[in-house]
Amino acid sequence: MLSYLIRRVLATIPVIGMVAFFVFSLLYLTPGDPAAVIAGDIATSEDIERIRQKLGLNEPFWTRFGTWAWAVLHGDLGISIFTNLPVTRLIAQRIEPTLSLAICTLIVAIVVAVPLGVIGAWKAGKFVDRLVMLFSVLGFSIPVFVLAYLLIYLFAIELDWLPVQGYTPIREGFWPWLSHLILPSIALGTIYIALIARITRATMLDVLAQDYVRTAHAKGLSPNAVLMQHALKNAAVPIVTIIGIGIALLISGVVVTETVFAMPGIGRLTVDAIIRRDYPIIQGVILLFSVIYVVVNLLVDLSYRLFDPRIQY
Amino acid sequence: MTIAKTRGALAALLLAAALVGGTHYSAPAAAQQKTLKFVPEADLRILDPIATTAYITRNYSYMVYDTLFSVNEKFEVQPQMVEKWTLSDDKLTYTFTLREGLKFHDGQPVRSADCIASIERWSKRDALGQRLAEMTEKWTVVDDRTFTLKLKRPFALTLDALGKPSSNVPFIMPERVAKTDAFENIKETIGSGPFKFVKDEWVPGNKVVFVKNTDYVPRKEPPSWASGGKVVKVDRVEWIYIPDSATAAAALNAGEVDWWQMVPPDLVPLLTKNKDIKVENTDPMGSMGMIRFNQLHPPFNNPKMRQAVLYLVNQQDYALAIAGDAKNGRSCPSFFSCGSPSESKVGSEILTGKRDLEKAKQLIKEAGYKGEKIVVLSATDQPIVHSQGLITVELLKSVGLNAELAANDWGTLISRRAVKEPIDKGGWNIFHTWLVGPDMANPAINYPLRGIGEKSWFGWPVDPKMEELRTAWFDAADPGSQRKLIDDMQRHSWESVPFIPTAQFVIPTAYRSNISGLLISPIAFLWNVEKK
Repeated sequence: MLSYLIRRVLATIPVIGMVAFFVFSLLYLTPGDPAAVIAGDIATSEDIERIRQKLGLNEPFWTRFGTWAWAVLHGDLGISIFTNLPVTRLIAQRIEPTLSLAICTLIVAIVVAVPLGVIGAWKAGKFVDRLVMLFSVLGFSIPVFVLAYLLIYLFAIELDWLPVQGYTPIREGFWPWLSHLILPSIALGTIYIALIARITRATMLDVLAQDYVRTAHAKGLSPNAVLMQHALKNAAVPIVTIIGIGIALLISGVVVTETVFAMPGIGRLTVDAIIRRDYPIIQGVILLFSVIYVVVNLLVDLSYRLFDPRIQY
Repeated sequence: MTIAKTRGALAALLLAAALVGGTHYSAPAAAQQKTLKFVPEADLRILDPIATTAYITRNYSYMVYDTLFSVNEKFEVQPQMVEKWTLSDDKLTYTFTLREGLKFHDGQPVRSADCIASIERWSKRDALGQRLAEMTEKWTVVDDRTFTLKLKRPFALTLDALGKPSSNVPFIMPERVAKTDAFENIKETIGSGPFKFVKDEWVPGNKVVFVKNTDYVPRKEPPSWASGGKVVKVDRVEWIYIPDSATAAAALNAGEVDWWQMVPPDLVPLLTKNKDIKVENTDPMGSMGMIRFNQLHPPFNNPKMRQAVLYLVNQQDYALAIAGDAKNGRSCPSFFSCGSPSESKVGSEILTGKRDLEKAKQLIKEAGYKGEKIVVLSATDQPIVHSQGLITVELLKSVGLNAELAANDWGTLISRRAVKEPIDKGGWNIFHTWLVGPDMANPAINYPLRGIGEKSWFGWPVDPKMEELRTAWFDAADPGSQRKLIDDMQRHSWESVPFIPTAQFVIPTAYRSNISGLLISPIAFLWNVEKK
């Protein structure tokens, strides 16, 4: 197990290095010029060229990549071209809202989706199952931003129960923090509820058709015990896998959610940086995302052993 | 944990949350009473008003910095940080004396040396500043509050330059900060303005925080544009950037923010339904949209092709597309902003008369157009820019021109418009933009009119006659001569067509009814604003 862990961690180093190189190359090839954005609308080509020189944007590709990579190896993700603030500070400012949103969304998704999937499988073909499937289809079909606007209209404007937008750090109180996360988590979580519920239902249907489940019923175990202790545990591996993939998808999903709810998270930081061509931020954030992807995949792989002791590393 | 225990824990959590928060969401009352929550037009990214011409940085800088002079609503230059000034009989030496008690936010007094260093840095970037620098023999410190400007020859626009209201504005910074290279961003944000910037609370892309500068001594005169007394009536201002318009509207409706600076026309009806919200136009001049041609390459290097487009443009169409209704958008057939003293009606019938497709076709024929592709740059993330682009492309196609819309984002547009190569090497033929009224208000600051080739604004026209008229305007001794030269420049512009004004428009502003004291001004100033 330990040697597997070490091998996996070591394997992440070249992966992250390649990601860094490809991101840097793509940004180099992408049209756009931060110097033009900095100069503003009333500027001349001469002004832009002088700013380019000051920022070192005219340096050759390998010089720029080498300088950046060397700094990253020393833990320095660079300075934002526009704000002059360190990228690490900008990421640190934004990581809490995004993590809070992702965790709340996952909790909402798992808490709602797994029981829905289990019930759908248990009552397969019946009215309850059809309701679960209908909810799944709706969850997949409604765009996040449409649902977000509907939730804002109902719960923030009409009922005045929850805030429209923004984020309050958890250190300023649990309820202010949670109140800003409820609507975004529901808006973002609906699609994951649909995804996880469908996978759970399909996997549970397979498991419930197994001989040992019939045996358990025959031995007189209660339906709850059969479902939760025997069937669900054996169906857990694909469900955990899809949750892991869901975390990866969440990172792209937060962009829209953070924009609609005006949450100062990593998603908006990334989009803003792309629009302005703030290269150090884009490179820093994508590097962070790639590390998160790798770590999540590793955790998912390791979690398989919890659910299925036959799996050996 | 069993299912029963899990259910119990969740129920307890929700109950606790409900007990702590009650059933209605509300922000802390004390903070609301003292804090003005303002949704600005854009996200603040750059803190140096000299390094960029971005309007959001200019607006931020008006909070943090002060100016020696400012312009009032009658376009008259008024002293701001300056207490008194004199001009020698030979009109070559200005002597300025600063007001007493001016302090930077770090507690240090504002000195003459700070003012000179700030003006010198500004004059390296700003076109009017460059003109002033050309006319300057030397700046001299007399004492901490007094300094002189010695000119090479009389320059009637000296005070207009020092009181320039829009980008780049000659803001005063400490000397050590103003010594920064004019092409590098400053590192400190120390001004002497009515608000202090709280850098620790700045979250780029989300929130900018200012607190009242309790050491600031406002002038006694009533506020008028950027001049007069800048009396701060709130303790704290938070700029909350909300990128999504629908969310901003919802936040204003719910009372989470107090003032939304720029409301898209389509959301105005939604806000006016709420009796606690006022929607108004506080910008007396508005902004000017424009079609800008690349004069380096065919076909618009030929003036007849540019003149042909004049006969196609219907400003009402552009006004409607940009502003949504006739109340907020109108035609302005002048190369100088309508409502400014330089507005000219000379030759304006070319834009206000009947649209003449036949005349346009004839000019295109005379220009020898060979069917070259015409690339019109557009930015889909900028509705004002994109709506103009869509109309222009259709107009060009209507007379048989091979026009193509290159729709991208604003970042790509402003990079591509700096490309001087032909279109097959990434160049362009037309782009659209808009500038605020004060930036087009006279020949000194109207950059799109300049005709100095590669040193001109994007499009790079070469127009010696325009430059000759502009120089004569600078040297004109009296307002009558200046007026005549402005009309001459306008007359000449209908022939050279450096750009085509598409419309003059205002973007409404919306605020909660507990807010009062908003100033009528082209820039959203936050002093004088009161919150009940």
